[in-house]
Amino acid sequence: MRVTDTWYLVVGALLFSVGAAGVLLRRNVLVILMCIELMLNAANLSFVTFARRLDDVTGQVAVFFVLVVAAAEVAVGLAIVVAIFRQRRRGATADDVSLLRG
Amino acid sequence: MRAVPPIHWPAVAPVAALGVTVVVAVMLRSLVRRSAWVDDAVIALTLVGLAVAGGFVVVQWRIVRSDGAYQAVAGAVAVDGFAVFVAGVVLAAAAASVLLSRSYLRTVGLAHGGEYLVLLLCSTIGMLVMAGANDLLVVFVALEVLSIPLYLLTAFDRRRRASLEGGMKYFVLGSFASAVFLYGVALTYGATGSTSLPGVAAFLARTTLAESGTLLAGLMLMLVGLGFKVAAVPFHTWVPDAYQGAPAPVTGFMASATKAAAFAALARVLFTGLDAYRSDWRPAVWALAVLTLVVGNLAALAQRDVKRLLAYSSVAHAGFILIGIEAANQRGRAAALFYLATYALMVLGTFGVLAALARRGERFDLECFAGLGRRRPVLAGVLTVLLLAQAGVPATSGFVAKLGVFQAAAQARSWALLVVGVLAAVVGVAYYLRVLLVMYTGAEADGGEGTAEGSPVPPALGAAPVGVDAGTGIVLAVAVAVTVWVGVAPGGLLDLAERARLLF
Amino acid sequence: MVELVLFVLAAAVTLGGALGVIIARNPVHAALHLVAVLVAVAVFFVMQQAPLLAAVQVIVYASAVVVLFLFVIMLLGIDRRESLTEPLRHQRPLAIAVAVALTIEVAVLAGHTWTTGARTQQGTLSGGAVEVLAENVFTRYLWPFEVLAVLLVVAVVGGVTLARHSGEPAGADDLGEGRAAPEPGEVPGP
Repeated sequence: MRVTDTWYLVVGALLFSVGAAGVLLRRNVLVILMCIELMLNAANLSFVTFARRLDDVTGQVAVFFVLVVAAAEVAVGLAIVVAIFRQRRRGATADDVSLLRG
Repeated sequence: MRAVPPIHWPAVAPVAALGVTVVVAVMLRSLVRRSAWVDDAVIALTLVGLAVAGGFVVVQWRIVRSDGAYQAVAGAVAVDGFAVFVAGVVLAAAAASVLLSRSYLRTVGLAHGGEYLVLLLCSTIGMLVMAGANDLLVVFVALEVLSIPLYLLTAFDRRRRASLEGGMKYFVLGSFASAVFLYGVALTYGATGSTSLPGVAAFLARTTLAESGTLLAGLMLMLVGLGFKVAAVPFHTWVPDAYQGAPAPVTGFMASATKAAAFAALARVLFTGLDAYRSDWRPAVWALAVLTLVVGNLAALAQRDVKRLLAYSSVAHAGFILIGIEAANQRGRAAALFYLATYALMVLGTFGVLAALARRGERFDLECFAGLGRRRPVLAGVLTVLLLAQAGVPATSGFVAKLGVFQAAAQARSWALLVVGVLAAVVGVAYYLRVLLVMYTGAEADGGEGTAEGSPVPPALGAAPVGVDAGTGIVLAVAVAVTVWVGVAPGGLLDLAERARLLF
Repeated sequence: MVELVLFVLAAAVTLGGALGVIIARNPVHAALHLVAVLVAVAVFFVMQQAPLLAAVQVIVYASAVVVLFLFVIMLLGIDRRESLTEPLRHQRPLAIAVAVALTIEVAVLAGHTWTTGARTQQGTLSGGAVEVLAENVFTRYLWPFEVLAVLLVVAVVGGVTLARHSGEPAGADDLGEGRAAPEPGEVPGP
């Protein structure tokens, strides 16, 4: 059996679905951040696959930029998390950050 | 080996000017020990930087008027009337926000204004880049550059729990939206072989796709991602918490400039890139517009905190602008631009009044406004004019703006959307009037049942002496003057918006 | 054949790790699952002629970013189990509905061709992906590359702003508890 591009793209799409479900299901802020990383990786995998399929370098450049963006995003997100935890050090868990309360 | 692309400097001059300002401001703040004059120097520097960038924007407008629109820096930047108009709105909003910030930061006791201004400038850079983004990758990068400083600014008042939590919520949902948008870009790239918007359009013009599933999925995901940024329902859940948590001048900036930049990107992606799939995205935008108008207005009716009320009303205004996008004609685009420009001034003025009234641990429960009309007649008068303009009362710019999008909808024959829009405008009047009623009569309109967070009676706003400094005064005066003037004589701004066309 | 074996292995690790991230109750375990996913994705990158990206993925993502996560988890002492009960009634069915809808969409799309016969409009990948990548970053994609510099400034300034102690006297805020004492000396700016 030959491995076709569609296989890679399906893995990417499933990874994206799992990440999106994780963001909606989990309530621990750190785990939600990790799920967002999963989604970005799914996009990256699709970009690289399309780049080979199209024989075009744009997809790889995109992944390059996304890596930078993701690193900056994580740094800022974790800074906010640390600030929240420092503000109420007493017995706080990530559950206290009531997200998605509408 | 290709050479570095020629850089047409007028095309990137506004961004470059702000970039230099950021570097100088960071150097100034880090090399000089903290003292009062440094904060003022950074504010002055920021204003100078914004003014220089504004000057370059005027130059760009002249160039576009005389020589026509063009692409620059290897096709990544579009310099057209549309981008320049949005850039002007964004810069004006940033300048107004900076002017409001000085006294606000002092009053609420946020000492270090330097970082605040640097982050504000970085966000402005992202918005300018977004306004002229001609490539989906640039849109993504600009989206991040404008959003990440806003997450930080929302969380800036670390002593208030609402501020940090609003920032966290905004961050999580915003990053989620960015990731969704990015995956949409990936699918669009795979389907068309290009991320450049004219490239996508060119491919779709000469090819008929046998299987358009990938492209449509990409289009919908990009719509979701941008829907988050323009605060369209059902992607609006971050809005009330972020608007409530952010410092008042930042909220004004978010409601005006962010909306303008995000709508610019939305229009460019839909009209420049995917115009060939207009019959596919119009129903989606239609549904977004209807949901946004209905939910935004109804939720605003139920709010007891004025900042949250304004947040939901901002969601509702996004619905009106979406009517202009849905119309998908030149009049709709011009009406959307006009709406963005006038709404930016109204909302900045409104949050300017709130910033002037703010105290430590700021609270804006509706009860706090009781009797404001007697205690602070001038501020209450300013608030009255701006709220009536947002409600769309005739002889204000809000009326002309709403009329514009309705005309565009009529021209596009979207009658159902037109009816929903008119009904939403009528409902909208109710909650603005409720605030005014409380302000002038002092009585709660519908018999309040205790405050939201269960604390004792919150202090009345404006009871302590309020010093309105020069910066705030300028912003409020300009906001009121322009709102009324454009409402009476809208010709000039309408003409500008009409001329601000897209490159393709 | 080699490609098939590699693909099946990497796909299994990717999807298994992703499920691990969203199922693990302990954040540390979630972070370790994340490492597995990131490395498996790097394997995919190598298989797709993107060796440079694979290297960057392992160095920046799997190392630096995950270490940052683990560091914060340890710093905050939240490496305990999280209750998975959901306080919002509609949240969980909604999330599962979204996931199912996405998966069905994937299944439908997988039966069709994903790509559309579009061809390259830019430089091809042949002749050394690294050179082509570098050349394009500094020519065609110069503008987003420059703009990303602003993002790094934001990350530094933001991190410094949020992470340092406020110079405010205690009790002046609307919480008045659980805050660190103000630092005697002042902390210089970024």
